[in-house]
Amino acid sequence: MMEALQITLLVLVAAGATAVVLIRAGIRQVLMLSIYGVLLAVLFLAFQAPDVTLSELVVGAVALPIILLLTLAKVRKREQ
Amino acid sequence: MTPRQRRWIFLVAGAGLVAFYLWGLSGLPGFGNYPGPYGFAILRVAVAQTNATGVVSAINFEYRGFDTVGEEFILFVAAAGVATVLRRLRGERERPAVDEAAGRGVPPTSSAVRMVALLFTGPVVLAGWWLASHAQTNPSGGFQGGILLATAFILIYLSGEFLVFKRLSPADLTDVVEAVGAGGFVVIGLSAIAMGLPYLKNFLPLGQVPGAVSSSGTIALISFFVGIEVAAAFILIVAELLDQTLLIRRGG
Repeated sequence: MMEALQITLLVLVAAGATAVVLIRAGIRQVLMLSIYGVLLAVLFLAFQAPDVTLSELVVGAVALPIILLLTLAKVRKREQ
Repeated sequence: MTPRQRRWIFLVAGAGLVAFYLWGLSGLPGFGNYPGPYGFAILRVAVAQTNATGVVSAINFEYRGFDTVGEEFILFVAAAGVATVLRRLRGERERPAVDEAAGRGVPPTSSAVRMVALLFTGPVVLAGWWLASHAQTNPSGGFQGGILLATAFILIYLSGEFLVFKRLSPADLTDVVEAVGAGGFVVIGLSAIAMGLPYLKNFLPLGQVPGAVSSSGTIALISFFVGIEVAAAFILIVAELLDQTLLIRRGG
């Protein structure tokens, strides 16, 4: 049961990482990166590492996307 | 260099990388087999030695506390670097935070965003404090709690305005709080030296019950200071980026 869950999550994480690379449009890519962060956090939980889960959630799903979104907003403003 | 040559160089380099990668994979221990002695040793002694049931925090803030000081100052220096790089340059100027077209206000925030942000602000503050102050009892810690606390300020920005965000987290105050957080960690370490103990030695009473909030001595205290430092550093970084996006324009 646990193994099936772990394998499913590993496949999902691989698919998520591929999607982050393949999506090229700025904001959509950032949103996908955030979803990928959540997937990775759930994966860590399934591998019994709750501390790493919390770190991955706050960094991968929250902090990094916020910084990227603000940077995109700045770059876009300059292009206009 | 022609594209053809470039492709050959890539193929040779790529093949080399794959070969080394497979070679490295073949030498890994089997899935779930941990070969080292330290993990088992620390699992046996950690709770008895520190009274902290959050063993990961006990390792982070006690057994390898010195490494964590260094890591904390990486974030400290990063925030200082962002503030330096994003300062207002000559030839740039600040404008009031309204849309650039004259006579047009900022498009109003949708009430859906406002509602969600308002709903989440309270719980996020609670979760952040809880994580930052419970490192000794369960999986949590100052780092995770600190980022969550900073997120509460970003929710306030989303639900209100830039000016409210600035009023709630003035740059001077954030600077001071960040310095207190980073300095607090170092001062705890130095206090141990002042008592004739090694640097960062746990000098506070460990408490009676393992896993109680009041247990684990300096582990809980250090986690708390780390939480303050991380929250302030992240607010500072986000505020600098918001300044760049909303206020600072190129040209005189």
